[in-house]
Amino acid sequence: MSRPEHVAPPELFYSRDEAKKYATSSRMREIQTSLTERAIELLALPDENSYVLDIGCGSGLSGECLTEAGHVWVGCDISKDMLEVSKEQEVEGDVILNDMGQGLPFRPGTFDGCVSISAIQWLCNAETSTSNPYRRLLTFFTSLYRSLVQGGRAVLQWYPENPQQMELVTSCAMRCGFGGGLLVDYPHSTRAKKYFLVIYAGQRDGQIHKAPKALGTEDAQNEARFENKRDRAHKGKRGREDISKKEWVKNKKQRQRAQGKAVPEDSKYTARRRGPKF
Amino acid sequence: MILLTHNMLASPMKEASKQLHLKIECEEKVEKEQEYNADFLNRMIERIDWNSFCAAAQSLDVGNGLPESKEQVDSSNEEQMKKIHHALMEVDVVKGSLVCTETGRKFPIAAGIPNMLLNQDEL
Ligand SMILES: C[S@@+](CC[C@H](N)C(=O)[O-])C[C@H]1O[C@@H](n2cnc3c(N)ncnc32)[C@H](O)[C@@H]1O
Repeated sequence: MSRPEHVAPPELFYSRDEAKKYATSSRMREIQTSLTERAIELLALPDENSYVLDIGCGSGLSGECLTEAGHVWVGCDISKDMLEVSKEQEVEGDVILNDMGQGLPFRPGTFDGCVSISAIQWLCNAETSTSNPYRRLLTFFTSLYRSLVQGGRAVLQWYPENPQQMELVTSCAMRCGFGGGLLVDYPHSTRAKKYFLVIYAGQRDGQIHKAPKALGTEDAQNEARFENKRDRAHKGKRGREDISKKEWVKNKKQRQRAQGKAVPEDSKYTARRRGPKF
Repeated sequence: MILLTHNMLASPMKEASKQLHLKIECEEKVEKEQEYNADFLNRMIERIDWNSFCAAAQSLDVGNGLPESKEQVDSSNEEQMKKIHHALMEVDVVKGSLVCTETGRKFPIAAGIPNMLLNQDEL
């Protein structure tokens, strides 16, 4: 799969033509809508009529879902062309031209929650020789934390390029004070797999943030891949749990079953060493 | 940009306080009808900075009849609430600028979209 963030900076890639695609393609609409609906579900806002920030709102497809769900939203995007199309579509939200890597220009405690659909992977790229992705991520998460009400959540769906990027983005969010972590829906399927960074800015009195359940996982052990830094510290060097070879084989077979592959039943011989052949 | 959004915006300049409001210089505004939602409106009244809201509303000529302070807001007075709703949600500044009063930097508003991008030398 080609990655648009390697092609051009976002304000150029999301040109008039690209923006038009978002407005007219029903396939695009379908994908963005289902991602946003899942993000809203994970946001778990206590009330309808909440005030929500949409980062990388683009032409407003994600925003339309927020309106459907009964929320009022404000959108930020770096592409003027995308925002102009959102105005032409007469979306309900108010929109602002802003580069999230420069920080979000809002007063403290403004939003009840935040969603971002398919946008934050753009932050991991250095657009110019002077821009530093790590610094931009920290600026972004610091301003996001400040913009949320106490205990407010943000659900950021994105397309991480590799495990290092997942680690980088998650750890930047944690450094800026967020709790929560990365949630992976359909972790066993290459095509359906979806990444959501589900993070929260502190806690209100009496509020408990429960780790949401990932979709497409069936046993409890795999259910919530909602981990924070502290959990990770207990794991081995490569971020995996230190497990026995037998467990590893069983897990792998389980993963392949979940992908619908034909896999032999587990038995007492599973993962045993085979004797020497004569 | 509606006044609710304006009330929530802070100057992105690094010298400026994150509490400070931007001053509106309006060249063109349009009024658009928005569904009246009492529940949302009450929550937002709690959250906004009232003085800044009134000043912005005055500058757009929609400040008449607004209560002078938050304490004077009476959520059972529907006429008053509709006025607040109108000023906060239904007046859209489509052309003009937002001025950072601390640095004098102007952020242009075109087609209803405030441009809050900073230049390289402002980072
Ligand atoms: C794949 S589009 C998604 C648009 C919209 N959320 C939707 O669901 O239709 C990604 C958007 O992220 C925006 N974006 C990329 N980098 C950004 C940045 N640094 N700050 C703000 N927005 C950015 C792009 O301009 C683009 O509109």
